[in-house]
This record gives sequence, C-alpha cells and structure tokens, in this order.
Amino acid sequence: MELSTIEKKLVNSWQRGFPLSPRPYALIADELGIRECDVIAFLASLKKRGVLSRVGAVVRPNTAGASSLVAMAVQPEHLEYIAQIVSVQPQVNHNYERENSLNLWFVVTASSDIELEQVLSEIEQRTGYDTIRLPLEKAFHIDLGFTI
Amino acid sequence: MKTPVNLQIDQHDIRLLGAIEDGLPLCESPYSLIGEQLQMSEEDVINRLSRMQTTGIIRRFGLVLKHRQLGFRANAMVVWDVPDEEIDIVAQKIITHDFVTLCYCRARHPPVWQFNLYCMIHGRERAVVEEQIDGLKKTAGLESYPSKTLFSRRCFKQTGARFSTAGKVNGGLYEQAS
Repeated sequence: MELSTIEKKLVNSWQRGFPLSPRPYALIADELGIRECDVIAFLASLKKRGVLSRVGAVVRPNTAGASSLVAMAVQPEHLEYIAQIVSVQPQVNHNYERENSLNLWFVVTASSDIELEQVLSEIEQRTGYDTIRLPLEKAFHIDLGFTI
Repeated sequence: MKTPVNLQIDQHDIRLLGAIEDGLPLCESPYSLIGEQLQMSEEDVINRLSRMQTTGIIRRFGLVLKHRQLGFRANAMVVWDVPDEEIDIVAQKIITHDFVTLCYCRARHPPVWQFNLYCMIHGRERAVVEEQIDGLKKTAGLESYPSKTLFSRRCFKQTGARFSTAGKVNGGLYEQAS
C-alpha cells in the first residue's frame, strides 16, 4: 500500500505522543498545515484501506490482569482450522503462524490468572493440542512504532 | 505469571481503556464523546490518559498501524537461551539496535522450549532482516548462545488487548479478580 506524502507525515509523526487536548485532530492539522476535517478524512481513509488499525493506546502487558505468549505444535494440514478456534476467543489478540515445529503463536490477555487458565484450557479442550505457556518476565524494549 | 498488584490503575481507567480499545472516535472532540459514553468529563478522560501515559501503563498513544499492509512482511522472532544472570547485559546490547521492535525475557518451558530471551524485528525484506540478525549476534556477543529465528507466515488475528470483554469466557460472565 502506497501512502501520499502528507499521509506519510501523519503516520510517521503521530504513532506516539498523540495530542491529549480537546481538539487533537485540529492540533495535528496545524502542524501539517491542513484543515482539521482533512486530518479526520485521512485517518478514516487509512483505516478503510487497512493501513491503520486504530488511533489508540498500546498498553503495557498485564496491566489489567494476566497475559501470556502461547505456542502450539499443530499438524500443518490442521493449522488453519485450529488457528480459527484459537482466534475466536476474544482474549486472543495476536495469532500468527511461524516457521518452527511450534508453528502457532498467540497472545492471550485476560483479566486475571484464573481467566487466563480458563481460556487456555478451553483452547486445549477444543483443539486437542497442548499449549506451551511462555509468560513475560521482563520487558527491555518497547514498541515505538514504524517509520514508513 | 502472577497478576501484578497495580495501585496506579482503577476500574474507571479500565473502563476507559475498554472504550478506546477499537480506537479513538474520528470526530472533532473525541475525548468528550468517550466521556459522554462513560459519564466522565472530557477533562477526566484526558487526565486519566495522560496519567496512564506518564506512569507507563500506556506505552504509547497514537496511530497503531497494520504493519503488514505497509510492506513489513518479514517479521522475525529471534530467541536465545541465555544464562539468567547475563540476560540484562545482553538485552541492553540488543536494544541499542534501531531495527529491534521489542525485546523481552520470558519463562522457559523445558524440555520443549529452553529459550528465555526474545526480540522482534519487523522488516520489508527477509534477506535484510537475516543480515540484521547476523549483525546483532556479532555486536551483542550472542553467537555462542543457542538461538532460533522464527519468521512469521500467516497472520490469523491482530488486535490490541481487550478490556471490555475481560471476564467473559464463551460469552459467559464469571468473577473478575482485578
């Protein structure tokens, strides 16, 4: 997906430090030398084109409960089906196929350790596969966004 | 992992994070609109978000991109088995590299998975990312540790953490512990 010059500026400048003021889009508009309604229209367009997930918060893991990275070793021919069963759980927020015998990797974010356990045993029951739980112990580096 | 006792966040903060989990509304006064939904003042919404950012609960606030759509398709998770007492020093070397998006220590899971140090590299071309990984191993003195590189293939799901659905399993509600 190609972005226009102004879209690139918008995307590169506002992945962090988004204005926390009553008219945030107007403030961005001033910086870019365009109108507030243009900023809103650009963001809506980026979202529609599947480039922008959202304008929002990236929250520290385990803020409101418990989370874990989880891996599964799924038979390749069953992967798509098993991945769907995993993705259906609202507590699963990332779910990727990776190049390894442990080929399905997902993150579960739950409100408590109890709920985390419940989601994982639910997934194990429904899929018939074991889950390998790899909880976070320490974060050294945070996601600062991408330069496009 | 144990649920951390977090005195910096209350139920209103969680409700607020839930209200913006699908994104801030694209209208002139988004914080005011969110406040109306939560029966909170615009000022309260802004102050809470600002405080959560200062305390590090919100790691960043702004545009969250779908990096794959923008050509970042060579997404590698590199893992190492590093002696526990060395992990801080090694991690500090890893994070000096601009191309490293995330760096974490995670629990090992022997005998299946002995790795404890993780880093993510998102790039446009696999060959470039492979070179970056080689460079990283040399400069951070990581060549002697067991390691694996797991490139991603398909993305089945990518959303932010959910706060509004917390406590719901299979649509049923049960007691929330936090």
